[in-house]
Amino acid sequence: MNAVSVPSDRVDVDEALGLLRGMIEIRLFEEEIQRLFNRNLVRGSTHLCTGQEAVAVGACAPLRTTDAMLCTYRGHGAVLAMGAPLDRTFAEILGKAEGLCAGKGGSMHLTDVEVGAYGSFAIVGAHLPIAAGFGLAARYAGTDDVSLCFFGDGSTNIGAFHEAMNLAAIWKLPTIFVCENNLYGEYSPVARTTPLEDLSRRADGYAMPGVRVDGNDVRAVRATVADAVDRARAGDGPTFVEALTYRHKGHSRTDPGTYRPQEEVDAWLARDPIPAFERVLIEEGVPAERVEAAREAATTAVAEHLDRALAWPDPLPAARFDHVYV
Amino acid sequence: MSEVTFRDAIKLGMADALAADPSVFLLGEDIAEAGGTFKLTEGLMDEFGVERVRDTPISEQAIIGAAIGASIRGLRPVAELMFADFAAVCFDQIANQLAKYRYMTGGQVTVPATVRLVNGAGGGFGAQHSQSVENWFLNVPGLKIAVPGSPADAYALIRAAVRDDDPVLFFEHKALYNVKGALEPGDEPIELGSAAIVRQGTDVTLVATQLMRVRAEEAAATLEGEGISVEIVDPRTLVPLDIATITGSVERTNRLVVAQECSHDGSWGASIVSRVIAESFDLLDGPPVVVSADATPIPYAGPLEHAWIPDAGRIANAVRTSVGAA
Repeated sequence: MNAVSVPSDRVDVDEALGLLRGMIEIRLFEEEIQRLFNRNLVRGSTHLCTGQEAVAVGACAPLRTTDAMLCTYRGHGAVLAMGAPLDRTFAEILGKAEGLCAGKGGSMHLTDVEVGAYGSFAIVGAHLPIAAGFGLAARYAGTDDVSLCFFGDGSTNIGAFHEAMNLAAIWKLPTIFVCENNLYGEYSPVARTTPLEDLSRRADGYAMPGVRVDGNDVRAVRATVADAVDRARAGDGPTFVEALTYRHKGHSRTDPGTYRPQEEVDAWLARDPIPAFERVLIEEGVPAERVEAAREAATTAVAEHLDRALAWPDPLPAARFDHVYV
Repeated sequence: MSEVTFRDAIKLGMADALAADPSVFLLGEDIAEAGGTFKLTEGLMDEFGVERVRDTPISEQAIIGAAIGASIRGLRPVAELMFADFAAVCFDQIANQLAKYRYMTGGQVTVPATVRLVNGAGGGFGAQHSQSVENWFLNVPGLKIAVPGSPADAYALIRAAVRDDDPVLFFEHKALYNVKGALEPGDEPIELGSAAIVRQGTDVTLVATQLMRVRAEEAAATLEGEGISVEIVDPRTLVPLDIATITGSVERTNRLVVAQECSHDGSWGASIVSRVIAESFDLLDGPPVVVSADATPIPYAGPLEHAWIPDAGRIANAVRTSVGAA
C-alpha cells in the first residue's frame, strides 16, 4: 500500500476532535440515562459522571484494548472511553439481553472485555488489588500490557487501596492508579474524611511517583497518564495520578447535592471540561465548523444507539442460571 | 501404593499442577523462602522459581485480588490463606469479587483461581486461628468448596480445583497434616461434586468431612463391636454437593447422622439434613441426628478445646441414638 504522509498538526487536530467527541458522547449518554431513569426504565441506582468526562477520556486515550481498565460504579464514562459500543452500554443499563453483560450487571458493573474494559466495581476500592493482579499477569506473561484503575477520593481511606498500592510498588507492577478527586466522598467533603488535601502525597508512603493534574483538562490528563503508561510499559512500575475534578450532579439519583456551596458549584460549572476544550480548540485555530461537527456526530450517534437499545428484547428469565455453577 | 501424609499429598498436588501447566503459580505469606507456615510449599520455590512461588506481604485482600486479576488473564493462581480465619480480612474479595465476577459480566470472564485455607481446631491456636469456616461461604453462590478428608482426596481435589474454570475454596484441616493415607501414583483428579462411601454399612448413614471423618471411622469401628453397621459418606465437596450419593446411602440404611466441626445453625450439616428431609422423607425410619461443636468461639486450654470438638465417643452416641440403641 502507499504510505500517506499526514502532517503532524493535522493528526493532533483529529485526535483532539476525537477526545472532544468522546467527552460529548459521555455527557449526552449520561443525560439520556437521567431521562431514562426518570421514566422508570433504569432500575436501582445510577451514579453519573457528568463533569468528570475529561478524566475518563484523557486517561483511557493512552490505553490499548489489550490493556486492562477497571473502574468504579461511577464508570459509564470510562467504559465508553475505552470504546464500548453506545447501544450495548445503553442496553445493559436498560437491562436488555443484548447488554454488555447480558443484563446481569447493570449500571454499576458495566464490562466490555473486547475493548479492555474489565469491569466496573461497586465496592469502594475493591478493584484496586484486582488491577494489581492484571499487572502481575502481564509481567508473568512477559507482555508490556498495563492495567489502569479509576477510583474516587473516598477510596484512598479504605484498606484495599493501601494493600494494592503496596503490592504494586514492591512488585513494580505495570499498574496506573487514577484517583478521580471530585472533592466529595458520597456526601462528605474530602477535608472532613481525609487528613491530606493533596492526595497525590498518598503515593509517598509506597515510594511511588504521585502526580496531581487538572482533571478538567483532557489533554493534561492524557499527557500525564501517557507518561505513567510509558513508565509501566518500560518496567518502571506503578504511578499514582490524582485528577482534580468535580461531579456536576449529586452522588446518586436520589441526591440533589445540596450540601455543596452554590459558589463552589458555580465555579466548577464555569470550568466545565467540554466547553473549555471547545474554546481552547477554536483559540488554537481549529475551524468552528469542525468543533460543531464533532458535537453533531456525537448527538446523532447517541440518539441512534439509544433508539436501537430501546427496541431490543428483555432477557428470558431462564437466563439467570447462565454464567454460574448452579 | 504408597503411604503419604496430607501435607505431602497436597504439596505433590501443587508440584504436579505447577509442572503440568505453566499458567499455574502460587502466592501467599511466607510460602516461598520459608516454605509455608505449615511447610506445605517447602522446596517448591527452589524447584519452580520465585515468579511461580511468590511471597506476598501480609495483605490478604491484595493476595486474593491479585489472584482474581491474574486468573482473568488466563493464569491459574493458587493463593494460600495461612489460617482460614483470615478469610474474614478479605471477605469482600472472596464473597463479592471472586464469586460474582463471572456472573456480573455475563460470562465475559472466567475466574479459575484456587484459594487454599488452613482450617480446623485441635492445635491450641485459640479462637482466631482454629475455626473451620467453610460455612461462611456456603451461602455465596459462585464459589465451589472442597473439604478433603484423606491424602488421596486432597491430592485429587487440589488438582481438580486448579483445573476448574470457576473459583474453588480448598480447605485443609491442620490437625490432619501429619496423618498418612494411601496415594496411588498417577491418581487422577476426581470430579468436584463426587462424594465417596468410605466405609460400607447397613444400619446408619454417617456423613462427615475432614477431622470428623477420621473420628467417624473410629466411632464406626467401636460400633461394629456392638453390632451396629455404619456407612460413612464423605461429600468431599460441599459445593457442588453430591446429594444423590447421600440419599442413595440413606435409601439402604434409613437413618442419617451428620458429624461436623462447627456449630449447628447455618451449617452444611444442617443443610444436608434439610434436603434429605425435604426430598427423601419417606426413606427415613427416624429423625436425623446432627453432631456439632458448641455454639461458642473455640477456647484455648486443652480440656476446653477438646471438649468443644466432637470426639468419636459423641459421634458413636449419636449413632446409637439414631438406631434406638442409646
